[in-house]
Amino acid sequence: MSGNGELPMRDRSFAPSRALIYLIVTLFAAACLAPLLVVVLNSLRSNEEIAQSSMIGWPEHWAFGNYAMAWSGFCVAETCTGIRPYMLNSALITIPATIFSTLLGAVAGYAVSLWRFRGDVWIYGIVTLGLFLPQQMRLLPWTIVLRDIGLINTLSGLVLIHTIQGLSFTVLFCRNYYVAIPHELIRAARIDGAGFFRIFWRIILPLSAPILIVTVIWQFTHIWNEFLYGVTFTTGQQQPVTAALIALSTPVADIPKHGVQSAAVIIAALPTLLIYLFGGRYFVRGLTAGAVK
Amino acid sequence: MVRRLPEFLVIWVPLLLSAAHLISFSIWTIWISFTPSTLVPVTGWVGLRNYNSVLASRNWQIAFDNLLLFGIAFVLLSLATGLLLAILLDQRIRGENVLRTIFLYPLAVSFVVTGTVWSWLLNPGIGIEKLVHDLGWMTFKFDWLVNRDMAIWTIVIAAIWQSSGFAMALFLAGLRSVDADIIRAAQIDGAGPFRTYWRVILPTLWPITVTVIVVQLQFAISAFDLVRALTNGGPGIATQLPALVVYDLMFQRSQLGRGAAAAVLMLLILLAVLLPYGAWRYVRQRRAAHA
Repeated sequence: MSGNGELPMRDRSFAPSRALIYLIVTLFAAACLAPLLVVVLNSLRSNEEIAQSSMIGWPEHWAFGNYAMAWSGFCVAETCTGIRPYMLNSALITIPATIFSTLLGAVAGYAVSLWRFRGDVWIYGIVTLGLFLPQQMRLLPWTIVLRDIGLINTLSGLVLIHTIQGLSFTVLFCRNYYVAIPHELIRAARIDGAGFFRIFWRIILPLSAPILIVTVIWQFTHIWNEFLYGVTFTTGQQQPVTAALIALSTPVADIPKHGVQSAAVIIAALPTLLIYLFGGRYFVRGLTAGAVK
Repeated sequence: MVRRLPEFLVIWVPLLLSAAHLISFSIWTIWISFTPSTLVPVTGWVGLRNYNSVLASRNWQIAFDNLLLFGIAFVLLSLATGLLLAILLDQRIRGENVLRTIFLYPLAVSFVVTGTVWSWLLNPGIGIEKLVHDLGWMTFKFDWLVNRDMAIWTIVIAAIWQSSGFAMALFLAGLRSVDADIIRAAQIDGAGPFRTYWRVILPTLWPITVTVIVVQLQFAISAFDLVRALTNGGPGIATQLPALVVYDLMFQRSQLGRGAAAAVLMLLILLAVLLPYGAWRYVRQRRAAHA
C-alpha cells in the first residue's frame, strides 16, 4: 500500500494486476465494437460475396455502390426508392417534435420551478407520470384521436404525439435545472417590472444552454429511434426509417441483399451516432438525469 | 387578466394537454379492456372476460414466463457487467474517455438497428456459426436464434450489449462520489483492495443499484422494438413478450378489448416494480429530511 497518494488504493496497489485490467476492458470494448465493425465491413461487400461466405468477413472487393443502392435504389416492400424518403420522414418528424417539446418544456419548467402558480405541484406530478406509463396504454386512444382529427398516417400526427409525450421529459429536465437558480434573481427582476416572458428571455434563457443541449440531444435520439408509434400510425411511404428498416429486412424476393441492407442500417443509425460522438458529455448527462427522475 | 393571457396559454396548454392525455388515455384503455370491442371500440360491459381470456391464452403465458426469465437474466447480467466495467474504469487507467465512449455508444443506436444486426450475427446460416464452419470447425453449433429453448437468450445477449453501458455510467458516477476518507480509513485498518471494495465501497452503491434495477426492469417489461427486429417473437411463439402480445391482439387479430386488457396487465406488472420503488424513495427522502 503506497499510502501517500490522494487515493492510495486506486493508485498503484493494483499494479501487478494492471495488465489483467487492460486485458478485460479491451475485450469488452472489442465485444462492444464488433457488431458495428461487422456491419460497416458488410456494407462494403457485395451481396454475392456475403452469400458465399458469411456476414463476418473482410471485403475482397470494396463495394461502395451499396450505399448508393441503399440510399435511393433499394426496394422496401414494393417501392424501389431506397431509404431516402424514410430518412426524410424521420427528419421531418424528429426535428419539429424536438424543437416544440424542448421550447414548451423549457417555458413550462421555468413556470413550475420559478414562477409558481396554483396547482403547479399537482400538474407537474401528473406530467412526470408520463415517464412511466407504457406506450401500450396509449396506443388505442392515439389511434382513435389521430383518426378523428385526420392525422392518422401523417407525419404531423407523429410530430403531435412526440411533442406531447416528450413534454414529460423536457419539463422534468428543465424544471430540475431551473430550481437551482436563485429565486432572488427572479424577485429582483419582478420588482423592476419585468414580466413572465421578459424574465424568461433575458435571465433564464441565457442560463439555459447546458440543459437545452441535454434536452435536445435526448429528444432527438429518442424520437429518431422510436419504432412502435411509427409502425402503428403510419404505413407505406409515410413511415419513419426505423419502421422501414424492419420492412427492408424482410425481403420480398428470396435473394438476400445483406450488403445493401447493412449500408441502410449504417445510414439509419448515423444521425444519432454522430450526435452521440459530438455531444457525448450531454448525452450521458441526459441519461443519468432521466434515470434519477 | 387579458394582459396575462399569452403566458397563461403557453404555460397551461402544454401542461394540461400532457396531463390530460396521460390520465384520459389510461382510463380510456382501461375502459376498452372491459368492453366486448373487437375490430372497433364499442360500448358494453363484459366484466373480466377479456382478462380471463388473455390470462388463459398460451401466448400470454409464454410471454409472461419469458418476461420473468428475460427480466431477471438481463438485469442481473447487465448489473454485473456494468459494475465490473465501472470498477475497472475507476482504476485510473489510460484511455478511460475512449473506453467510456465505446461502452456507451450502443445506447445511442435504436433497438431496431441493434436487433437487426444481432439477428444477422446469431443467424446460424450467415452469422457466427457459418463463420466458424468456414474456418474449418464443421461440428460447431450456435443456433440459439432458431432454437425454441434458447432463443430468449439471444434477446438477453442483445439487450445486455445495448444497455450495460447505462449501468456502467451510473455505477462509475457512484464510485467517483465515494468519500476518499472512508477508503483511506479502511486502508489504515489494513484492508486490501478487494476487501475495501467488498466491505466499504460497494455498500455505498446500493441506492444506485436499486435505480439501475428499476430502470432496466422498466425497459424489460415494455421491450418491443428489440424483439420485433431480432426474433419477432419466434421461432413459433418461443420469444413472445407482453408488448408483442398487446400489439398482436390490437392490430393483427383485431381484438381491441383483449389487447387493451393485455396492456393493462403490462401496466400492473410495471406497477408491481414501480410502487415499491416509489415507497422506498419516499421513505428515504423522509429519513434524509429528518436526519
